[in-house]
Amino acid sequence: MKPITLDKVELRHGARVIVSGLSAAFAPGSLTALVGSNGSGKTTLLRAIAGLHPLAGGRIDRGGLMPADIALLAQGSHLDRSFPITCRDVVALAATRLGPFRSIGKDRLAATRAALARVGLAEMESRPIQALSAGQFQRVLFARTMVQDASLILLDEPFTAVDTATTRLLLSVIADWHAQGRTVIAVLHDLELVRHHFPHTLMLTRQAALWDSLPDAGLQAA
Amino acid sequence: MLDFLLEPFALGFMRRALAGCLALSVAAPPLGVFLVLRRMSLMSDVLQHGVLPGIAIGAIFAGLSFWAMGLGGVIAGLAVAVLAGWLARRTGGREDSQLAGMYLVALAAGVALISTQHSIDLTHLLFGNVLAVDNTALFGMAGVATVALPALALIWRPLVLESLDPGFMAATAGKGGVWHLVFLMLVVLCVVSGFVALGTLMSVGLMMLPAIAARHWSESLAGQVRVAVLLACLSSVGGLILSFNLDIPAGPAIVLTAGGLWLLSLLTGPRGSLWRQAMPDA
Repeated sequence: MKPITLDKVELRHGARVIVSGLSAAFAPGSLTALVGSNGSGKTTLLRAIAGLHPLAGGRIDRGGLMPADIALLAQGSHLDRSFPITCRDVVALAATRLGPFRSIGKDRLAATRAALARVGLAEMESRPIQALSAGQFQRVLFARTMVQDASLILLDEPFTAVDTATTRLLLSVIADWHAQGRTVIAVLHDLELVRHHFPHTLMLTRQAALWDSLPDAGLQAA
Repeated sequence: MLDFLLEPFALGFMRRALAGCLALSVAAPPLGVFLVLRRMSLMSDVLQHGVLPGIAIGAIFAGLSFWAMGLGGVIAGLAVAVLAGWLARRTGGREDSQLAGMYLVALAAGVALISTQHSIDLTHLLFGNVLAVDNTALFGMAGVATVALPALALIWRPLVLESLDPGFMAATAGKGGVWHLVFLMLVVLCVVSGFVALGTLMSVGLMMLPAIAARHWSESLAGQVRVAVLLACLSSVGGLILSFNLDIPAGPAIVLTAGGLWLLSLLTGPRGSLWRQAMPDA
């Protein structure tokens, strides 16, 4: 596997420049927290790495990763939680390239069950998602991300509106991913949590991208 | 009493209207359920107004031909649907205001165009005329239902995923737009095919009202679809009986019946109804 490198990346919303001249490299299997004030472009950068936001300048080399190798867990709050669907279906539908004809086979169902069990929702698999708390719903979304089996995992504020017990559980899932050699980049706010659990940090500010600005920052600026 | 219920269907044109409306009652409400889930209820309004100029242009070129008017309606409906989506993305404005603007203009254009044709009764076109349901119109409705149901079954899974989480769909499969377009096409087909019996302004009612009511009866998607189809069939039968006996156009009669069932669901349904909210433990 090759690193994911950003070369003088510039990102805009309309005419407004939100990130400019950002160069960085994320090593394969690295675990990085992306921090910075509101509006500093963290979410946009994450989406750009996933290939979902156009670059206004520079380039991103994903080290040969295809879209199916990248899992982006967006902030879940925008999802309609009254949607009539079960936890199992949310997770099973994550199958990449599961077109209209292919069936959800035994393997996929087993992976779905295992993922739901890992996040402590084995009993809830046939419950509709509207019966879930915010924390439980985030667990479902983590189970879905597990089933995607991606080598690059991008998480946007995964612990917002989530209780402490769930945060602890989800951190252990992230640790699993790290141990399995997957590259993980997570947008986070809680610096204390970042110091304890994330070996690398990248800090964005409104003016510029500041490197190594947290005591334990370990990213090599390109 | 029995006469009141059965007498209407002793007549051939009423039986044709019933068969056509039942076919639409099976095909349209499942699409309505998805429109509600995708928060696109307003889109159905835009379509019902948007198809009118197309139907009018079809009539101007080919006279009172079901196929010409239907084709014009389908083309206009698709154009309006695609244009509305594009406009909302391009302007970054709130989609609902763009949609409202479009359907006002479309309705005005449609009425203006129809008025140039003295052979067409505007009231019949807008609100339906069961007398005009000939074999062609019946085949049209049944044909659309025959196409729409299997097509929806085919796109069901991508459509569910795209409705639940379009961002995720875009990130993993990258083709959400295709399913959306196929879905819109099915909606347009159903709206247009009902225009003879129900009228362009009313045929959306058979699609939306049962779907909105179904939310109060089932917590699963398949359950909501089944309930919506059942309510639509009841509305078609009940509405045609009312239409015949009270001498009111079929479109409003069917939509009013569907509205009554919606009101009943809203008041007494097992999920989220006013009765449930008043007595959560009952």
